[in-house]
Amino acid sequence: MKEYKTDVAIIGGGSAGLAAAIIIKKSGLDALILERDRELGGITLQCIHNGFGIHEFKEELTGPEFVQRFINEVKHLEIPYKLDTMVIKIEKNKTIYAVNNKEGLIKVIPKAIILAMGCRERTRGNINMPGFRPAGIYTAGQAQRFVNVEGYLPGNTYVILGSGDIGMIMARRLIWEGCKVKAVVEIQPTVSGLLRNEVQCLEDYDIPLITSYTVTKIHGRHRVKGVTISKVDRQFDRIIGTDRFIECDTLLLSVGLIPENELSHNAGAELSSNGGPIIDNNLETEIEGMFACGNVLQVHDLVDLVVAEAKRAGINAIEYIKNRYGKNLKKKDKIKCLTGENVNYIKPDLINKSDISKEIIFSFRVQRPERRILIQFKDENNNIVFKRKKRYVIPSEMIELNINLGESGASDETKTIKVEVIPQPEVLIDNND
Amino acid sequence: MSKTIPEEEKTVRCIVCPTGCEIHVKNVKGELIIDGHTCNRGEEYAKDEFIAPKRILTSTMRVNNGLLPLIPVRTNQPVLKEQLNNILKEIAKKIVNAPIKMGDVLIENVLDLGVNIIASRDLIRV
Ligand SMILES: Cc1cc2nc3c(=O)[nH]c(=O)nc-3n(C[C@H](O)[C@H](O)[C@H](O)COP(=O)(O)OP(=O)(O)OC[C@H]3O[C@@H](n4cnc5c(N)ncnc54)[C@H](O)[C@@H]3O)c2cc1C
Ligand code: SF4
Repeated sequence: MKEYKTDVAIIGGGSAGLAAAIIIKKSGLDALILERDRELGGITLQCIHNGFGIHEFKEELTGPEFVQRFINEVKHLEIPYKLDTMVIKIEKNKTIYAVNNKEGLIKVIPKAIILAMGCRERTRGNINMPGFRPAGIYTAGQAQRFVNVEGYLPGNTYVILGSGDIGMIMARRLIWEGCKVKAVVEIQPTVSGLLRNEVQCLEDYDIPLITSYTVTKIHGRHRVKGVTISKVDRQFDRIIGTDRFIECDTLLLSVGLIPENELSHNAGAELSSNGGPIIDNNLETEIEGMFACGNVLQVHDLVDLVVAEAKRAGINAIEYIKNRYGKNLKKKDKIKCLTGENVNYIKPDLINKSDISKEIIFSFRVQRPERRILIQFKDENNNIVFKRKKRYVIPSEMIELNINLGESGASDETKTIKVEVIPQPEVLIDNND
Repeated sequence: MSKTIPEEEKTVRCIVCPTGCEIHVKNVKGELIIDGHTCNRGEEYAKDEFIAPKRILTSTMRVNNGLLPLIPVRTNQPVLKEQLNNILKEIAKKIVNAPIKMGDVLIENVLDLGVNIIASRDLIRV
């Protein structure tokens, strides 16, 4: 078996992996990128629409343009990468096993690892939809790859279940390719993706957005012939007598993304409620020297934030190799972060007590939309250690806050920090940011 | 490009920020009456959307001898919404040869609109 040694092994060559590799190489350390696809670039290669890079490059680029800049820099810096190379196992001691068709099974022995495997789409199994399994059911991302990269159309007449951004963007794309999109059906009472996409992808083309409805039956034994949609009540139970049949030959599912973490889990890294590995404020998993960034950690809306997170992971991996690698230091004491009212998950999951007086980037999502809210961080004695007002929160927008908890009363005696999103008390309602 | 104002009245949902104000634009004998916006950026946006809505067009073009059968492309500047379909037809007619570099002009001055269709990525020849 061929063996490779490197300072940092990077698993996944999407935006996150590339950005991390660049910062590591620039510091003088070696990196090796392992990518299972035939080229570098990740999911962004199939997102041919524009809207990327507004923060990172201060211009609005398409997905491929955005990631091409990173690919060019990786090549310019001569950072080694292996394509068509699928990592199949990470051991607790961080030895990596991967396969490719040129070398067979290979072994990579790194000092540190950066997990950057991205996410995958929820499928029909994940959302529990009964019926036959006729041809013509795809996730929106699969359809995106067929249409934008492989060059064929999965069908002619579509219904899209779920009003996530990928589904709405695909609706417009399919119209542009001459297909029909009969409806976007959303189980929630409101659209789940960005307003911008609702306006520019659906309204612009008069595609009906049917909210508080879901698909309750898929018709057709060999190929999809249509779907039955039904109205749902607040508990998402079907309301009898509201069934409607829509004829179509293809159903696209745009029902959400989940981090891709079998590898991390099997290596012994525990996962948290959002499907990403548990990490501390340095993006380090519970396996020392193994870091996570990008969609494998938490699903991001903006690739710019993915890149910023990946750079931090890179910097922390460098710090680890320089100061902690091979030293068998005692594990640091940690404060646990917990989710409270209307908070879906919180990253980081743990804060090193020694870092409590540093700026820490927290990110989380809410469970439901709400106006005029207060974000509060509380310790185990219900002391408020941070609060901020916000006009508007929605689940489809990740919230990122840069906070120094030490300044507002947290200390290394603190045991837990609970994050909650609550309605603003009346007195606070003026002066929203 | 001089254009006559298309409709009398329109409600525009502002996408400039997540607040999503509903802005009403009314054409009273050539003068625009705008209300419902909370800020100037919204007013500008609603005006543009009323007079001449523009979009960046992104699509794919067929490729000979490339690593992939398609190359993602876009217009190098926003184009009038009503031109999108015509431009898409021009893109669909064309086949380009690999190798291609990001930014290469694949159709120059498409339909005499003063807009170029450019490549969104590199694509190697195989
Ligand atoms: C369809 C879609 C539309 C989007 N639209 C926008 C937008 O308009 N604007 C915006 O800013 N952001 C958008 N985003 C978000 C943004 O593009 C992503 O969050 C970002 O690109 C994720 O980068 P990543 O590197 O974490 O993951 P990815 O780009 O998915 O990269 C992960 C890589 O890891 C590889 N990999 C996985 N497992 C293994 C393994 N076992 N071995 C080896 N390699 C492996 C994969 O092949 C892949 O290349 C969109 C995302 C999606 C999915
Ligand atoms: S008008 Fe101003 S506040 Fe309202 S959505 Fe537009 S940009 Fe936001």
